[in-house]
Amino acid sequence: MSSRENILAAVKANQFSQADLPCLEVLSTLTATNDNLVEKYKTIGSAGGSFIYEVADYAAIQNILHKEFKPSVKIISGIKEMNEYTYVADVKHELSHSFADVELCILWSGLGVAENGALWLTEEDMTVRVLPFIAQHLAVVISKTNLVPTMAQAYEKIGNATYGYGAFISGPSKTADIEQSLVIGAHGPRSLSVFILP
Amino acid sequence: MKVALFVPCYVDQFYPQAAIATLELLEKLGCEVHYPKNQTCCGQPMANSGYEHLTGGCNNLFIDNFAGYDYIVCPSGSCTLHIKEHLHSHENEDKASEIRKRVFELTEFLVDILQVKSLEASFPYKVGMHQSCHGLRGLRISQMTELVAPPFSKPAQLLGMVKGLELVPLSRADDCCGFGGTFCVVEEAVSSKMGKDRVDDHIEHGAQYITSADLSCLMHLEGILRRQNSEVKVIHVAEILNHSI
Amino acid sequence: MSSNATKDHPQLAAIFNRDEPRVDWHDETLWWVRAKRDIAAHKLPEWELLRETASQIKNNVLSNLSTYLEQFEANAINNGIIVHWAATAEEHNKIIYTLLEKRGISRMVKSKSMLTEECHLNEYLLKQGIDVIDSDLGERIVQLAGEPPSHIVLPCIHKKKEEIGDIFHEHLGSAKGESDPKILTETARQHLREVFLTRRAALTGVNFAIAETGEFVICTNEGNADMGAHLAEIHIASMGIEKIIPERKHLGVFLRLLTRSATGQPITTYSSHFSKPQDGKEIHIVIVDNGRSIQLGREDFRNSLKCIRCGACMNTCPVYRKSGGHSYHTAVAGPIGSILAPNLDMEKYADLPFASTLCGSCSNVCPVKIDIHDQLYKWRQVIVKAGYTPKAKTLAMKGMAFTLSSPMIYRAAGKMGRFTFKYAPFAVNNGANPWYKHREMPKAPEQSFGEWYAKRKENKK
Repeated sequence: MSSRENILAAVKANQFSQADLPCLEVLSTLTATNDNLVEKYKTIGSAGGSFIYEVADYAAIQNILHKEFKPSVKIISGIKEMNEYTYVADVKHELSHSFADVELCILWSGLGVAENGALWLTEEDMTVRVLPFIAQHLAVVISKTNLVPTMAQAYEKIGNATYGYGAFISGPSKTADIEQSLVIGAHGPRSLSVFILP
Repeated sequence: MKVALFVPCYVDQFYPQAAIATLELLEKLGCEVHYPKNQTCCGQPMANSGYEHLTGGCNNLFIDNFAGYDYIVCPSGSCTLHIKEHLHSHENEDKASEIRKRVFELTEFLVDILQVKSLEASFPYKVGMHQSCHGLRGLRISQMTELVAPPFSKPAQLLGMVKGLELVPLSRADDCCGFGGTFCVVEEAVSSKMGKDRVDDHIEHGAQYITSADLSCLMHLEGILRRQNSEVKVIHVAEILNHSI
Repeated sequence: MSSNATKDHPQLAAIFNRDEPRVDWHDETLWWVRAKRDIAAHKLPEWELLRETASQIKNNVLSNLSTYLEQFEANAINNGIIVHWAATAEEHNKIIYTLLEKRGISRMVKSKSMLTEECHLNEYLLKQGIDVIDSDLGERIVQLAGEPPSHIVLPCIHKKKEEIGDIFHEHLGSAKGESDPKILTETARQHLREVFLTRRAALTGVNFAIAETGEFVICTNEGNADMGAHLAEIHIASMGIEKIIPERKHLGVFLRLLTRSATGQPITTYSSHFSKPQDGKEIHIVIVDNGRSIQLGREDFRNSLKCIRCGACMNTCPVYRKSGGHSYHTAVAGPIGSILAPNLDMEKYADLPFASTLCGSCSNVCPVKIDIHDQLYKWRQVIVKAGYTPKAKTLAMKGMAFTLSSPMIYRAAGKMGRFTFKYAPFAVNNGANPWYKHREMPKAPEQSFGEWYAKRKENKK
């Protein structure tokens, strides 16, 4: 017998009588409070080290980015409306490693979570999987209509969507491995800016 | 109400004053208290060391002594918990199961069964309350800091009825003292360090006495206090509740 | 490591306790993490319901594990993932070596995986000439120090920043005497960025594998798993069979519990869902048993397989805090490690279930409600019956049981002080007695309660 068959047989022999799955409805209902989602998101997101801006439109985002980033640095955008930057679809065939010098990456997220500041991005939103990790800085744009209270509602919204890869990103890359002191900028982006559109 | 007094072996041998206070307190509160004289030990020292299979003799003796009472009251959370969870008998399982339901730690008996609302006691000192883990997390005589649930404390509720007594807050309300039965000698280094740290917490917060519903913890903390020549004393909660000036 | 193999927990803990200020520092640091966990948990009024729900989901998983494993495998294959099965640690290591060797890869980057620690993968690959670099900062630090992690979530929690500074100075060329965590982290960032960009293979662990979809989830704060996996040609993910959860929506329970329990964060920075490989690249999953199916068959201990590796039981454990992770001489330390390890080798780890006061705090913080302290008690019974305790202890226990079973012998022994001298933990009042080293003996009263009571009865007559 192969290891696969051995393992499955051993598990089958040793697993115990049926235990039913619990109902998740009570938890979903308990946590489904939609008041002040933007405020909650801002509070939690900031505590997690993100810079959060409520903005009126893409022009406002660009104004802020102009102050933070010199035009000479490599910036890649996944948002068509922000057309002064390299559009990600135009460079997606390049080797992932070639993005090592990206200073800023700007992406769209269709789902944000107020309880933990997390933003859901699928491979479609990223185009290149490594981009939101390899860039020195990350900016994510989201509409406030796409905020949900907790992870319970987030997975209800994701449902059975198919994706090759997806990630909740809740802040800049960080570590507290040295004496539990928090350091921002471990291996991924040194900052996360979140722009909340109406 | 026929109440049997269960005095753990080490209380019998080293801390008779706590057992006397328990007896007097229960009598003051109107209980008819009996002390079955052939009692010895609940068997926990063996069981917690992995020798539960050697506790048959203790179990049968316990059943002989304590069957037939309305309540069995014990001034030790740890021993009470052991009986509640582990008293079994091949010969007398019916009686064992009856006893498991009827055994109470003193403070839970006073609060839940006697529903004591006031006490004629006075103890004008600053007191730190040590939560014994078995009373706390086993019998749930107080709320545990790990859980998201409303706070309560049966021993603190009773101590609140004592005139002049001031409960001091602690930095770590329910960290273990490190006694742990044979753990205290097998893991001597960690055990005594845990005890030292518990004692320090009480002293830093100005306690003159450390009290608890469990004397095994207090015996451990007392050993450390006396080694340090500390002025701080340990006292069983029954002695405070029975204390009048 | 080699010296640890011959010493048991009490001995290693005693060595750790020779430096009391360091014990205090270690204890305070971990207590702080426990306090952060409390704050995070208390922000959610539904916390206890979340724990109960997670526990029930895991019970369901363990009762249907073979079906879920097959379902996960089928869906993963359908997604284009290649699935391998390893019955033992050796088989796991060989599978990984073969994958690398076939492609002529001799250098690999690895993110945190306690399973590979359990399998001693790094040592094995090193012998085969494969260089492995751990990319989690804490793991990289202990790897450079030549030590195993001392905590499953905080691998180098036992190291002071000055010591880390010395290690980085020696291996990564940071300035001598530099101990600022920011500067040391930046040094590691530069060093590991080069590693990520040059490794063709990346190994990661798995936090959750979803039967319904065939995807798996990895949680990190640093982004190291993603950096490695997305840049490599081949991503190998090692998972224990117990990592399965039934449906994607169940992540909405576990991801809410995991980091709040671990560090008090509401979620990790990255929760990455791997479903399909990138174009032209490969994802391999190695599903490992290594004793887990045996543990599943142990009714009293199977619940330990519900563990999601948050480390909360370690942070709250007073024994862990005051003895350090290395004193447990096993890959997973602390209370959960003490109930997992005897399943792998009962004789070698016979000391671990006794490295506890059974205070029960571990069970209360556990996000999936494993009855950890009850299992410690039960392992003690199993280990004693299997004969893995010292003979002297068994003799003493037998003597004690004999004395306590007879009221007459008990009373006589008590009166003559023999009971105390022989069986009470604080036995003899001299330097050789472990109790007496740091504690005074209780004062013997003039009479026992039993004697007092008998006299009172006499007087009343």
